[in-house]
Amino acid sequence: MLSFILRRFLSAIPTLFLVVTISFFLIRIAPGGPFDLEQPLEATVMENLKRIYNLDKPLIEQYGIYLWHLAQGDFGPSFYLRDFTIGDLFARGLPVSITLGSLALLTAVLLGGTLGSIAALRQNSWIDYVVSSFGTMGLTIPNFVIAPVFQIVFGLMLALLPVGGWNDGSVRNIILPVIVLALPQLAVVARMIRASMIEALRSNHIRTLRSLGLPTSVVVLHALRGASLPIVSYLGPAAAALLTGSVVVETIFALPGVGRYFVEGALNRDYTLVMGTVVLVAVFVMFFNLLVDILYAIIDPRVRYE
Amino acid sequence: MTEPVLSVRNLHVRFRTGDGILHAVKGIDLDVNRGETVAIVGESGSGKSQTMMSVMGLLASNGWAEGSVKYRGDELVGLSPDKLNRYRGSKLTMIFQEPMTSLDPLYRIGDQLALPLTTHGGLSKRDARKRAIELLELVQIPDPSRRIDAYPHEMSGGQRQRVMIAMALANNPDVLIADEPTTALDVTVQARILELLADLQKRLGMSIVFITHDLGVVRRFADRTYVMRRGEVVESGRTSDLFAAPKHPYTRMLIDAEPTGRKAPVAADAPVVLDAQNISVQFTLEKSFFGKTTHVLRAVDNVSLRVRAGETVGVVGESGSGKSTLGRAILRLQSASGIVRFEDRNLMPLDRAGMRPLRRHLQLVFQDPFGSLSPRMTAGEIVTEGLLVHEPSISRKERDRRAAQAFEEVQLDPAGRNRFPHEFSGGQRQRIAIARAMILHPKLVVLDEPTSALDRSVQKEIVELLRNLQKAHGLAYVFISHDLAVVRALSDEIMVMKSGKVVERGTAEEIFDTPSEEYTRDLIAAAFLSKGDTAETAVQHLAS
Repeated sequence: MLSFILRRFLSAIPTLFLVVTISFFLIRIAPGGPFDLEQPLEATVMENLKRIYNLDKPLIEQYGIYLWHLAQGDFGPSFYLRDFTIGDLFARGLPVSITLGSLALLTAVLLGGTLGSIAALRQNSWIDYVVSSFGTMGLTIPNFVIAPVFQIVFGLMLALLPVGGWNDGSVRNIILPVIVLALPQLAVVARMIRASMIEALRSNHIRTLRSLGLPTSVVVLHALRGASLPIVSYLGPAAAALLTGSVVVETIFALPGVGRYFVEGALNRDYTLVMGTVVLVAVFVMFFNLLVDILYAIIDPRVRYE
Repeated sequence: MTEPVLSVRNLHVRFRTGDGILHAVKGIDLDVNRGETVAIVGESGSGKSQTMMSVMGLLASNGWAEGSVKYRGDELVGLSPDKLNRYRGSKLTMIFQEPMTSLDPLYRIGDQLALPLTTHGGLSKRDARKRAIELLELVQIPDPSRRIDAYPHEMSGGQRQRVMIAMALANNPDVLIADEPTTALDVTVQARILELLADLQKRLGMSIVFITHDLGVVRRFADRTYVMRRGEVVESGRTSDLFAAPKHPYTRMLIDAEPTGRKAPVAADAPVVLDAQNISVQFTLEKSFFGKTTHVLRAVDNVSLRVRAGETVGVVGESGSGKSTLGRAILRLQSASGIVRFEDRNLMPLDRAGMRPLRRHLQLVFQDPFGSLSPRMTAGEIVTEGLLVHEPSISRKERDRRAAQAFEEVQLDPAGRNRFPHEFSGGQRQRIAIARAMILHPKLVVLDEPTSALDRSVQKEIVELLRNLQKAHGLAYVFISHDLAVVRALSDEIMVMKSGKVVERGTAEEIFDTPSEEYTRDLIAAAFLSKGDTAETAVQHLAS
C-alpha cells in the first residue's frame, strides 16, 4: 500500500508538469496582456513594467523562470493586484474556501447519505418520492437562483442570518453559503446512494444475511458498505471542486475565498494568478483522486494494490 | 409417527407484477420429518424455490404468502422480520444456488461466519472465531485457521459453497434448505458438496430440503420427493417408489427426459471436414515491467482433433479445462498455434478478411440462449443476419422465405419471426440460435454447451433436433459440454480435457464402459450415481 502511494506521488509530478506547461502557453495565446488598460500606458512605463516582470524576455525563457520559481514553491507576484504575491492571495483565500467547501461536503455526504438510504429502504413510499423529487430539484435549480432567494427569505424577510460577508468565519455568516454549496451535491449523493442501496439490498449476499436471521441494522450496514463505492469515486473530483471555492457563491455572499480568482485572473490576464489557480486545482484533484483510490482499497478488498 | 419439523399447509405465493397478479404457488402441502431428506423437484417456474423462500420470509418485496407454515407447531406465515429472525439462521437455514455471489465480497469469511454465531449463539468475538475455524474444518476447507481470514474472491466456487454451508450449520439448525446448491458448480465439485451434505446430515441429524431440477441428485440423496409443476405438487412419495413407478405423466416425462439413445456411427470413408493438429492457446497472466511475459496460462495444450462429415466429437471437461477455448481456436476466433485444416485448406495463414467467406461453413452455437441473441432485433432478423454477409445479393423477400424455412427446420412457428427474443422461452431461443447457424448451410458446427442452461425436458428436445439436423445435412459437430448424459447421447468420439490437455479419448462406448483415467471416472460417477451407489458400482451399472 505504501509503495502504491509513493508511486502515485511520483507519477503526479509529470502530470503536474504537463498541466503547467499547457496552461502556461495557452494563457499567453489569449490576446492582450496584464497591463493593457482602457487608457494605454505610456511606452516607457509599459517597457519598465515588462522588464520588472520579465515579460520582455523570450517566452521560452519566461517559462523556464516560472518553472524554476514554481519548483521552489513560489507562485510569483500578481500582475494585477500588484501589492500581493499569489502566495499571499492563496494564504488569505484558501482557508475561507476550504472551510466552506469541507462543511458543504460533510453536509452533503451525511444528509444525502441518510436520505438516500431511507429512500432505498422504503422504496416507492412517500419518503422515497419526496427524496427523489428533492434530488431532481437540487440538481436543476442553479445556485445563483437559490442563493439570492435564501438571502431574501432568511436575511431580509425573516432577518435570521446576515445576507453576506465573512466576519472572520462566524457561524451565522457561513450557514447560508454552506447550504447553497451543499444542496446540489446533497442531491447527487442522495440519488446515487438510493440507487446503489436498492441494488445492494437486492443482492445475493444481503439475501444470505437475511436468511441467517441477522438484525436489520447489520443488514443495512453491509448493504451501505457496498453501496458507498460509487459515491466514493464521485466524491473525489467533487471534493476538489468544492474546496477550491465557487465563484458564484463567493461573489453573491461577498466572501473572500479563492473561487473568484479563477475569473478575475483570466479576465485581467493576470498570468501568474491564472497559473496559480491551475496548479491549485490540479493538486487538489490529484490529491483527492489518490484519496479515493486509497479509500476504495480499504472498502473493497478486491482492488487492493499489492 | 412423530410430528414433522416443518409442515406446510395450503400455501399460496403471489407476486404483484406489471401484468397483474402472478400466482406462483397454488396451495401446496408439504411435510419434513426429523432427520429426513426431502427433495422438491420441478423445472424452472414450477414454484419450487418460491415455496421455500416464503418459508424463510425471503420473498421479493412484491410477493406475499398465504396459508400456513409451521415449524414445530409455531406459525411462521405473517410473522414480522424481527420475529422470524428467532427461527432464521438458528432453527431454519438456507443455502443458495449462487455460491459466487452469496457471500459479501467486502468482508473476510471469518467475519461473515461469526455473524450468526454472535447474533444467535451469544458467543463472544473470540469464541466465535474459534467456532468458525471448527466449522470450516467440518466442511473440509483445508488449513482453516489460515483460510478464515480469506476474502470470498480468494476462494473457488466449491469452497464458497462450503463456507455457505458452514454459515448455515453454525447454530445446529433443525432444517437446512438447499436451493439448487450445486447447479452452478462443476460436476466433480458437485459430487463432493453433495457427499459433504449427506455426511453432515448423518452426523448432525438435521433435516434437509433439496430444491433441484436434477433427478440424479434426487435419486441419490432424497428419502421422499415432491414433484412440482406450475405451482402445484403433482406427485409425492418415497423416492425409490417414485422412480420405480411414477404415477403422474409429468413425473414420467421428467424421468424419461434423461437423454437416451446412441448415435449411429459414420461411414469410415466419410470425408474429413476439419482436421486440427497440435492446437495450443496461451494467455499472458503477468508481464514484467518491461513488457516481457513472465507468467503464462496454457489454456489449450497441444490438442489434436479430426471431425468427419456426419460425425460428432464430444469435448468433455470442467470449467477451466480449456474446452471452450479449443472450440474457439478451431474456428479461428481465438489466436492459437498449430494447424487447422478445413476440408483441404489450411486456415492458419488466413486473416480476418480471408476467413470471412469460409465462416458460413463454420458456425458456432453458444451456451447462453439469453445473452447470445440481440434483444433489439426480431428473431427473423437475427436468423437472417448471416445471409446479409454471405449472400448479399438475395432480395428481402427471399431472405424472409429462407427465415421461415429455417424456423420450420428447427420446429419453431415461422409466424414468430417478427417477435423479439424476450418473447421466447429458453428452449425456443436456443432453437433460434441453432436456426441462425443452420440458415447458412454450414459444414461444421461447434456447439458450446448448447443445452446446459435448459431444463431437462427441453434439453431432450434440443438433443433430438440436433440429431435430426445432423442426419439431414451430414453436419460435423464439435459438441462441448460438461454434461455426460447429453454427450453420450450425441457423440461418436469423446475427448476428456483437463487443464488444457486431453487426458482420455475414445468412442463413447469405450469412455463410458472402461474409463481408464481417475478423472473420467469421477465425471461419470458424478453424473450417473443413484442413492447407495459408489463410483465403482455406477460404472458397473452403466456397463451392464
